[in-house]
Amino acid sequence: MLDIATLLGAGLLQAFEPLNLMMIFIGCLAGLFIGAMPGLGSVNGVAILLPVTFLVPPTAAIIFLAALYYGAMYGGAVSSITLGIPGASTAVATVFDGRPMAQQGKADQALTAAAVASFIGGTISVILFTLFAPPLAVFALKFGPQEEFALMVLAFATFIGLGGDDIPKTIFSILLGLVMAAVGFDIISGQPRLIFFDFVELQRGIGFLVLAIGIYGIGEMLWTLENSKGEVKIHAVRSTWKSFRKNLSHIRDYLPTTALGSALGFFVGTLPAAGATPASLMSYGLAKTFAKDPDSFGKGNVSGVAAPEAANNAASTGSMLPMITLGIPGSPTTAILLGGMIIWGLRPGPLLFTDRPDFVWGLIGSMYVANFVTVALNLALIPLFVRVLAMPFTILTPIIFILCFVGVFATTDRMFDVWLMLILGLGGYLMRKLNYPVAPAVLAIVLGPLAERSLRQSLISSRGDVMTFFERPISLTCMLLALALMIYPIWLGIRRRRAGTTSGAE
Amino acid sequence: MSTRSAELLMAVGLLLLSLGLMWTVVADDLHIGWVEGRGPGAGVWPFWLSAGMALASLWTLVRWFRGATPESRNKAPYIDGQSLGLVLISFVALTVMLLLVHVVGTYIATALFLGFYMRFIGKHSWRTTVNTCIGMVLLIYFLFEWQLTKYLPKGAKMFEDGFLWIDNFRWQYLM
Repeated sequence: MLDIATLLGAGLLQAFEPLNLMMIFIGCLAGLFIGAMPGLGSVNGVAILLPVTFLVPPTAAIIFLAALYYGAMYGGAVSSITLGIPGASTAVATVFDGRPMAQQGKADQALTAAAVASFIGGTISVILFTLFAPPLAVFALKFGPQEEFALMVLAFATFIGLGGDDIPKTIFSILLGLVMAAVGFDIISGQPRLIFFDFVELQRGIGFLVLAIGIYGIGEMLWTLENSKGEVKIHAVRSTWKSFRKNLSHIRDYLPTTALGSALGFFVGTLPAAGATPASLMSYGLAKTFAKDPDSFGKGNVSGVAAPEAANNAASTGSMLPMITLGIPGSPTTAILLGGMIIWGLRPGPLLFTDRPDFVWGLIGSMYVANFVTVALNLALIPLFVRVLAMPFTILTPIIFILCFVGVFATTDRMFDVWLMLILGLGGYLMRKLNYPVAPAVLAIVLGPLAERSLRQSLISSRGDVMTFFERPISLTCMLLALALMIYPIWLGIRRRRAGTTSGAE
Repeated sequence: MSTRSAELLMAVGLLLLSLGLMWTVVADDLHIGWVEGRGPGAGVWPFWLSAGMALASLWTLVRWFRGATPESRNKAPYIDGQSLGLVLISFVALTVMLLLVHVVGTYIATALFLGFYMRFIGKHSWRTTVNTCIGMVLLIYFLFEWQLTKYLPKGAKMFEDGFLWIDNFRWQYLM
């Protein structure tokens, strides 16, 4: 316990270094802006801006991207409330009560509640993070390749069991990402693999950023262009110091639901397939169930804004936990952060805590500071963000396209990858329109090389015996959980069909 | 094209892609099984996972024929008619920009693309358009070329020479 306090103190000091503090400010600001723009969320911002972070050392870079991540979670609420369209999917639940409140002229109250709830959610989850991360990392130090592989199987199984998307399409997306990761020279035998049409460029493999920027930059913008036609109406926000203080006094009304939502969000956030969107929806549901006046939800209850906002912020911190301690990202955004860490020459996983405590504790320290910075920026700049939302897509869209192109070129120095990004982005857009989930593919391309290596290491050490995954207790537990997650939706489907046929026969 | 036809086409296309991947692994003479004394062959991972992709596509096809997916029952156009034009023109403009990068280089191509998009799709005033274009070009130069010391594509020799002059100026007076 004392150790944690000392390390955390060092981390906090590091977060206050001028460069890191500046990164927190810029990151939060960028995140608030990106999160508030309809159609753009944390994952888009992190993917598009990752190439720019090579300007600063890795610790400052991840501090920037992590700050952007929470900033975007706060920002999403701004457009949910003032426009009535979620700024990102993570803020969907905020619309339910945020929109009615804005229509009643209480937009400022909703925005304040969202900011305060986000702050509480962020703080509770970062405390949980500090308590859980070190023991989890120590525990994970015992992991061999078998456990690593079993954990990754479990991570992918959560998409099948909990993702809620079409199952064969989810499986296809996972496998496609894993196969794309195999393009290039094989790490063990040195043989070139999957070099289509003998493109020499493919020998270096398909970078995860090429796919991530293709899907979350190009694909997302095409998607937004298609869906955002039509007029949007911005609700006026009047905010004065006096009303602000009055709004703050409402905290007592939503404090219990907020605290509950924060803890819930943290744990849901650690699951790779779940993350901030389901966490915020569950938190909303929970707040409604336990409320004294459930009927007022959906008509402008301030708890209905606070609960999901606390949960989505908590989930963003929660999704960092498995990434930092186990090397398994808890969300698409952290998958991109993980890929970034590999580019910076850091190996995510339990060893990070012993090898690079400055990096890990600097990041954790920055989370505490970033929470204060975002809540301050958010409350101070609400009127400005509302004006930014009026920025027409005809300026934003081409700028994002240009950033995608320059960003990909800057990471790989090849036009080939830029063209690949364009094709993957178009493909991702067309597939997403047919309900193929894209997040599993991004997670898979990041984890692919690690998963293949751990599978082959395990099989080599067991001389080809697959039972090696079922003989070690931790690996067995993960495998059984994964199996259960994969079978569960199929079993559910069969039961539903059986129920359907019996009722049809009657 | 209706969503229904699009789903069929996509599933067939992805099935062919999976089979193509499997074929590539075999054609490259990679081992797809156990290699005695060396462990799993280099082709195991891509081959069997591609096989899984093929099976998943077949599963989707079966579901399509049985009408189990919502898309297979959806007769609405695949891309909404009202926004098809906007999506198409954005994508074509982006492609043209990337082609232009090979000829006239990053800076002229991005400025032309941004200018076209803002002026002719967004109907912004010339003043806003030109200011944004100049700002964007300067930002890219400053962030990527200067701070990250990346050499962004400059296009044909003529344009490349022009940039040499700017770079020389920077090295001599600004750094």
